Amino acid sequence: MIPFIIRRLLWMVVLLLVISFLTFVIFYTLPAADPATLRAGRQPSPELLATINHTLGLDRPWYIQYLKYLERLVFHFDFGYSFQNNISVKSQIFDRLPATLALATGGALVWLLVGIPVGIISAIKRGTWMDRVAMGSALVAISAPVYWLGLVSLYLFSKDLGKLPLFEGQGAYPNSGNIFTDPGHVIPALFMPWCVLAASFAAVYARFLRGNLLETMSEDYIRTARAKGLRERTVVFKHGVRSAITPIVTILGLDLGILLGGAILTETVFNIPGVGRLAFDAIQKSDLPTVQGTVLMGAFFIIFLNLIVDIVYAFLDPRVRY
Amino acid sequence: MALLEVTDLKVHFKTDDGIVQAVDGVSYTVDRGQALGIVGESGSGKSVSSLTVMGLTRFAGNAEISGSIVFDGQDLLSASDEEMRRLRGNEVAMIFQDPLSSLHPFYKIGDQLVEAVQAHRDVSKAQALDRAVEMLGLVGIPEPRRRVDSYPHEFSGGMRQRVMIAMALINDPKLLIADEPTTALDVTVQAQILDLIQRLQRELDTAIVMITHDLGVVAEVADDIGVMYAGRIVEYADKESIFAMPEHPYTWGLLKSIPRLDSPRGEELVPIPGRPPSLINKPAGCSFHPRCPYVRDAHKRIDPQLAPAAEAGNGGAHKHEVACLLPGQSRRALWAALRSGGTPDQALARVDVPDTVVDKDAVGEVLAPAGTEVAEGVVATAQPEPPTEEGAS
Repeated sequence: MIPFIIRRLLWMVVLLLVISFLTFVIFYTLPAADPATLRAGRQPSPELLATINHTLGLDRPWYIQYLKYLERLVFHFDFGYSFQNNISVKSQIFDRLPATLALATGGALVWLLVGIPVGIISAIKRGTWMDRVAMGSALVAISAPVYWLGLVSLYLFSKDLGKLPLFEGQGAYPNSGNIFTDPGHVIPALFMPWCVLAASFAAVYARFLRGNLLETMSEDYIRTARAKGLRERTVVFKHGVRSAITPIVTILGLDLGILLGGAILTETVFNIPGVGRLAFDAIQKSDLPTVQGTVLMGAFFIIFLNLIVDIVYAFLDPRVRY
Repeated sequence: MALLEVTDLKVHFKTDDGIVQAVDGVSYTVDRGQALGIVGESGSGKSVSSLTVMGLTRFAGNAEISGSIVFDGQDLLSASDEEMRRLRGNEVAMIFQDPLSSLHPFYKIGDQLVEAVQAHRDVSKAQALDRAVEMLGLVGIPEPRRRVDSYPHEFSGGMRQRVMIAMALINDPKLLIADEPTTALDVTVQAQILDLIQRLQRELDTAIVMITHDLGVVAEVADDIGVMYAGRIVEYADKESIFAMPEHPYTWGLLKSIPRLDSPRGEELVPIPGRPPSLINKPAGCSFHPRCPYVRDAHKRIDPQLAPAAEAGNGGAHKHEVACLLPGQSRRALWAALRSGGTPDQALARVDVPDTVVDKDAVGEVLAPAGTEVAEGVVATAQPEPPTEEGAS
């Protein structure tokens, strides 16, 4: 197990290097706005542009830039400074991370709490009205785009029908407190974003678990469990659900990894300045260091959570041992 | 009183394609300590009938079950789900074909055995584990105290089937249903498992229903044998009679398709042509007629039922019944010809099989579908010519 983890961690470093290189290459080969022009303001003089290019290091060949970037990253854990406003990319990411973290993990909690019971009930009561209602709603939830669902629920539950609390206005979420320092204040306001984010995931998980459980319930070992004379409740939960739910760990790891890299749509609709918004803005403004930083961070989360998934899986399924 | 008495059991599954008549009127009895073998191809209904005894077809949701199953004086078809649950694994236990997929991959062997004990006995986990270790020792697992902590995938196929047997017998059931227990195992392990089942049957005095497609397996284990085809028992007799003087062409086919040590060198095995019939649209008349080399026109319209065999085996001491419309004389002559090494064609050349005469006792339902020209011919041939001289003695 330990050698496996070490091997995987080394692979993670290699992968992150490849990803940073690709981001760099893509940034330089694809047409993008000139960072110096964006930074210089209106009608800049050529001299000003040259100075800016020189300060940002953009006048050197791209491979030198890349090596310089790597050097600072590896030896100083320094992600560089934003082209846009000279703020350290690292501090920018760490400022934004709590919001994304709170949004993604809270959302995951909601979709697990909804998706898993719904999936189990649908499978056990297959073909009944409960199953039909659950799977019908799941289809709606999967089909509804997040921005649409977000705007509709904003209108309905914040203004019209309900009065769910939200922090309103630009920058309201970061300024209204941190979920870790002031949970009583922040959690209610995150409730609606969580639900909107969780809707399609809950639907996918419910359908996935339903299908999985139905398949598991026709396994030979379920027949054995019944032949032993176990109570049906034990058969379903201890033998059926236990097997059917294990693959959920895999997709949860992947989904969470992707969301930690930024839930752009949800963050945009609810004005929550998370990492996703940071990355999105940076791409629009050709802010290479910030793009590079957010991409690396997102990749890190995906790879890292995959490793966690593999480790957890070994504990869940005794047939998997490294 | 018989331990298990199955009477006219019918299990039909409603599906989108039609009604699957998986079991269509099966009757048999098993006495205490006795071993019954049920033989047949895949899809002959042999597993479904046993799963129904266990109450496991109830979970399918689309099964229509009729007839009666009486176990130890208790009517199982009218028993509640909870009564059936108490019975399963306690009074009646079952082992299955594939021991790998039949054990839960995530739980230790010991835990799975403990669970079986605790489902029926109010004992502590430690006591249940002691019992599990004892049973694992009994079925020949080395170092059972250590092996209870192993997972199923850490066992070989034969060892897993031993674990399944230990699990089935852990509560001292009166009846053990073994559904193809050796099919997934290689031949040497097969023999070990069969020996084990026989030894445990003797030691624990458990009655056994052995379901298999392998006549070699029943020859080893069973006292009586029922041959199933298309959801019915077509021949039933003690083991000696089935092997010495079988009377159903399907049984002949099964026997001719397995190699024998005493058959002449160079004799070819004769497979049964065709495939088992669809259980949704069963052939009219005798279900075996599309594959029967000795079929006569009348057989396609008359449904045969079990009747005493022409040859009263062992001086009539044992029950021997067969559902075949061939006259008893022809059956005896055909088997004699087949037994001496002939193929069905050679047997037919030597034996005269009458076109119109059928075994009167075996005549069940006579089909006379209106409007078809052949239908009237059937009734005509079947009714006015009672083949009295051909009946069972």
